[in-house]
Amino acid sequence: MNLTATTRRAMGRLSAAVGAFVLAFGVLALGAPAHADVVNPELPYKVSGNVQNEGIGVNGVLVTVTGGGGFSAEVSSDAEGKWTVGVPERNADYTVTVDESTLPDGIAVVDNPETEFVESNVQTVTVGPGGRVAMNFFIGQGERNTVSMVDQIVQRLISGLNFGLMLALASVGLSLIYGTTGISNFAHAEMVTFGAVVTFGLVGILGDSALPLAIVLAIVLSAGLGWGLDAGLWKPLRKRNTGLVQLMIVSIGLSLAIRYMYQFFIGGGTEQLPGSDAPQIALFGSVKLSVVDMVSMGLSILLIIIFGWWLTYTKIGKATRAISDNPSLAAASGIDVDGVVRVVWVIGSVLAGFSGILWAYFRPGIRWDMGGQILLLIFAATTLGGLGTAYGALIGSIIVGILVEASSLIIPSDLKYVGALVILIGILLFRPQGIFGRKERVG
Amino acid sequence: MDFLGILSSTASFILDPTTMAYALAGLGLAIHFGFAGLLNMGMAGFMALGAYGYAIGILTFGLPWYLAAFVGIGASIVFALILGIPTLRLRGDYLAIVTIAAAEIIRLLLLTAVFTDVTGSADGLTGFNGTGGTVTNPTPGAGGFNDANPIPSGEYGFEPFLDNERTWFIRIVGMLILVGATFAVWRLVNSPWGRVIKGIREDEDAVRSLGKNVFAYKMQALVIGGVLGSLGGLLLALSTNVNSSVYVTSLTFFIWTALLLGGAATVFGPLVGSVIFWTLQAFLGLVFPALAKAGLLPFSGIQAAQIRFIIVGVILVLLVIFRPQGIFGNKKELTFVK
Repeated sequence: MNLTATTRRAMGRLSAAVGAFVLAFGVLALGAPAHADVVNPELPYKVSGNVQNEGIGVNGVLVTVTGGGGFSAEVSSDAEGKWTVGVPERNADYTVTVDESTLPDGIAVVDNPETEFVESNVQTVTVGPGGRVAMNFFIGQGERNTVSMVDQIVQRLISGLNFGLMLALASVGLSLIYGTTGISNFAHAEMVTFGAVVTFGLVGILGDSALPLAIVLAIVLSAGLGWGLDAGLWKPLRKRNTGLVQLMIVSIGLSLAIRYMYQFFIGGGTEQLPGSDAPQIALFGSVKLSVVDMVSMGLSILLIIIFGWWLTYTKIGKATRAISDNPSLAAASGIDVDGVVRVVWVIGSVLAGFSGILWAYFRPGIRWDMGGQILLLIFAATTLGGLGTAYGALIGSIIVGILVEASSLIIPSDLKYVGALVILIGILLFRPQGIFGRKERVG
Repeated sequence: MDFLGILSSTASFILDPTTMAYALAGLGLAIHFGFAGLLNMGMAGFMALGAYGYAIGILTFGLPWYLAAFVGIGASIVFALILGIPTLRLRGDYLAIVTIAAAEIIRLLLLTAVFTDVTGSADGLTGFNGTGGTVTNPTPGAGGFNDANPIPSGEYGFEPFLDNERTWFIRIVGMLILVGATFAVWRLVNSPWGRVIKGIREDEDAVRSLGKNVFAYKMQALVIGGVLGSLGGLLLALSTNVNSSVYVTSLTFFIWTALLLGGAATVFGPLVGSVIFWTLQAFLGLVFPALAKAGLLPFSGIQAAQIRFIIVGVILVLLVIFRPQGIFGNKKELTFVK
């Protein structure tokens, strides 16, 4: 058995402690809200890992880490199967042992389902110059179960669909705004965060039971935000004939200002909305969804259908598409461009705010920069579908959502956004008009 | 409230390596955006390559520090080529999205646990500058940047620039790089080459019709600006540890703000802009918490420290709307091509 190779493969898997750091540094990687059980946090170097049963963390498994100089520490895995032990030295070997008697009955440490390496419950890891190492254990019935792999894929696809629908709500707004005004709106991320932060603030005032009311009010306020941004900033800039690049940089400045304003009000930590810990209900196979997940998917689909109907059949919807196509011609044929653009900002802001609330449940948690974490995914989805096309943004979002969730089956989950970003670049290179865009849109 | 102390700490930022690093990156961005009209939103990626290339060159490849510096510069050249060959034909705002995404990919690759042995993952890398590491981060022995310091140990200068020989060494090295780079950029943009890239910024087709290879000129501009950015990252790595949490998208936006403050299409704009930006940041970061502590502002010290970032955003918005050419820029030199 090639131990170092095993270790290296294992490190490629999700490391819980790194996940925690990732969140602590306020960066993109999604991960679960890792509250890994930590022993000896004061020691400088870390051994961490994950005990998984068919991809699901196993709680309360006793893990012992021993090393040179009589070092020994015991840790229990947390509800997500994660554990972390601080160790005193780097460039040293440590032995990690899983106490199999603390595993649920009838299962044992088995092969890593993604590699051919046999794993035993006793492993040696080397803490290298980086000062941290991950050792993950896979628990199961003793043999690889192909059905469970299928289930895992199904679970990922459903999760990805949920994520994609949420992205779609944000993307169609961004795409419409781009289509009608030409602005690459970087502040869209802050419009997403707005919905979640305002809901959180209102729940704080009105109490947990008033969550539906808080959500409705947050959406009304989101509409107000969109209206205010257009009336106070973007319309005056249109009147000045400000260039598109300038508008883009204005949106970046706006994004910075609003983002740090959120941090000013809610601080740098993560907050939870009521119901974010709703239990998961087994549906079929190993597919589990919480009530919140199901309601969130249902509402997303409903909103998207209403939006699609609005865009296709109403007078303003038709005018919106006309302006996306050719603003001058639309204006010449008597369409009130400024009025329609105002409506687009309001609708875009409402959809973004609602997707922010869903994002707060999907992550889960509210952070000042939560919108910024998915901004590039929103751009990727919008670009994939074709900038300026609302239906394209919808399809693009679902593709990106499923891709991000499913890719963590193959690549380490702290790299799952990289796939989406690579697609974003690839699309811009080979088909910048996107799947549904038309070639003449690209200058 | 110790107002003199705040002013003194603020003044020390004028000679801070971070200020010089920003100025170098800003100079690179001036070539990209100010002179060639390329909307590079991924400067943080170039800086990360400069810093990590240097640190990894020493820690993983065991190179001497002066050779390791070229690893970072080389990496940024390769990055510029990979980025430029396919993307320079794209329209401005598309290029912005591609570069921002590419910089994020670099950061995520530096952060992931997969390459912990090389990149240090979320902890970053430490102890690559030779003697003078901390207890928890022992140094790999003599031969590093700090050991090449010819200045005898001791305190030099006067308040607020009274510091030990290590700080002065990095200041002098940074100043030499910065002066050299500024001179080179000044010569470049006033050369025939500079006139061509300014022409590309104004009207690409006109330059193409004169028989110039627009793509090649843009690529040269991208590489030169990228190298300047990696030098900025290198300077950061010489003065402190490297950590991927530094090279975030916000860093790129801050450099943009500093650049636009000074004037995008000027040689000295990024320099002056960086000095103003950093000293203002430092000043606001000190003065607001001090005011809050003195009970003059109705919020906590942590909140007070955040106000400066809100102000940065507002400044960026106002600058772009009301003075897009910056403090030193000439309105006739259109930096924002439509």
